[in-house]
Amino acid sequence: MTQTSSESVYKLAIEKALPSVALRWSEFRGQHRVDVPAANIASALTALKDAGMDQLCDLTAVDLLEYPGATDRFEIVYLLLNTSNSDRLTVRTYLNEPDLQIPSAYPIWIAADWLERETYDMYGIVFTGHPNFKRLLLPDAFESFPLRKDYPVKGRGERHNFPIITRAES
Amino acid sequence: MPLELMDSPGADANQREGLWTLNFGPQHPATHTTLRLVLQLDGEMVIDAEPDIGFLHSGFEKLAEVLDYNQYVTIVDRMNYISPMANEIAWHHAVEGLLGIELTPRCKYIRTIFAELMRIHDHLLCTGTCVLDLGGATAFMYAFNEREKIYEICERASGQRFHTGYTRVGGLLYDVTDDWVAMVKDFCKTFPKAYRDFAGLVMKNRIFVERTRGVGVLTKEDAISGGATGPVARASGVERDLRRDEPYLAYDDLDFDVCCATGGDCYARFQVRMMEMLESLKIIEQAIDKLPSGPVFISGTGKEGLPDKSEVYRSIEGLIHHFENIMPNRQMPSPKESFYGATESPNGELGYYIVSDGDFRAYRARTRPPSLLHFALFSRMIRGCMLSDVAAVLGSINIIAAELDR
Repeated sequence: MTQTSSESVYKLAIEKALPSVALRWSEFRGQHRVDVPAANIASALTALKDAGMDQLCDLTAVDLLEYPGATDRFEIVYLLLNTSNSDRLTVRTYLNEPDLQIPSAYPIWIAADWLERETYDMYGIVFTGHPNFKRLLLPDAFESFPLRKDYPVKGRGERHNFPIITRAES
Repeated sequence: MPLELMDSPGADANQREGLWTLNFGPQHPATHTTLRLVLQLDGEMVIDAEPDIGFLHSGFEKLAEVLDYNQYVTIVDRMNYISPMANEIAWHHAVEGLLGIELTPRCKYIRTIFAELMRIHDHLLCTGTCVLDLGGATAFMYAFNEREKIYEICERASGQRFHTGYTRVGGLLYDVTDDWVAMVKDFCKTFPKAYRDFAGLVMKNRIFVERTRGVGVLTKEDAISGGATGPVARASGVERDLRRDEPYLAYDDLDFDVCCATGGDCYARFQVRMMEMLESLKIIEQAIDKLPSGPVFISGTGKEGLPDKSEVYRSIEGLIHHFENIMPNRQMPSPKESFYGATESPNGELGYYIVSDGDFRAYRARTRPPSLLHFALFSRMIRGCMLSDVAAVLGSINIIAAELDR
């Protein structure tokens, strides 16, 4: 998690790919983060992969509905890793309803496959261009997105309402 | 759940003559836990596999948003229940990173010893049960005999064999005693012989070798791009170990090697796991000899660490200190930031991405489960293998459904 000298490599790469886009860089306890507009996320991620970030360590979302001072609804988080020198970079982007669409990172890293499906499952973020896009953990009949902050911890009683298929009907 | 999954590979099968669909699981002895595979077969050869997961989804990440940093340790225990304490160590590693807490040397060493015991614990189960699935019941018993000793070591330290709930923010539930140290030293003495017996039954077993060598190959490119970590990545030639590359706890002071192989097949993954057990033993032996004295909780009367139980029960100051740490409206504030902390768990990189809104509980705590990313690569590994190889490949990537589904 140390990026002292090589951090600038990624900064240069991303600024070269997105010359006229306002990026916000920040740091917390040695972890570097960059906020990229959702429209530019695909080119930013491609540039970072070419600069050495060969692994998508994790991809997730955060619902900022109840976060103090937040102006956007969803934060999409890409945790990138360079496996040869252990550099890490967090790329964040923000989405708001009703347009919860973002290009899939599957063409860049195959790890995005299930991670994006899970993010859709839990938050309802749609990743366009994903080859097999559907729910991952929850059943297809499930209608809510349970990790959103407006979904109650105790659920809405869905598990009692699933259709029961008898042996004769199956 | 999705019944239409049963139909979709069938639709493809119509395009190719003679293919048939087989449902593997969710209840099958070789899946160990509940996960389902929809296999598309040509005779006995696997053409494609579509995993269907989520049977054990329990909403752990939602629970992380209502439980505080200490309470959630009881939940992370239940993710990879093969090595429970490795999850606890990873969770509190991330929390302490967020809060900026530096542990005491004694706490670091005890956690390191437990992390390595858990690695042996996990690898014994992984190799033992996979051999069992491939027909060798004897080696499994040898492995579980040793696991029993590790359970006893956990019980002596925490009072629990299985779901220990042993770590706390800034320290440990209890300090360890001298007889715990003696138990660990005794384990270090007896383990090499048990390991030799076990390894002889597995790695020199011709049937086992022939059923795993060249089976379920994962290329280095796929391993990196697919987010594989830990033994699975190292068996494919990715030389990476968080203990060496991003040292945490006491790993900086200890001498050990990173075990790698290049085959990328099931046999290579077993080789890596078997070698790692010996490296772990080396780490435990060094750490138990160097075990520093002193407190296990970070010092100070602030809200960073819980007071010792003897103080809580015997002095008013200790009781107040405890109260201030435990009551939801009085706990330590955390920075309004996000932090990703990762450790090398037995299965690979286990990390937690924590977003905090200032409370002593996470606003969002994402688990990065190694099993999920490994299982996503399963269909790439199994294509072109035989139906009987499914059990070998599943066993070699050590899928723990509770961690997979959370």
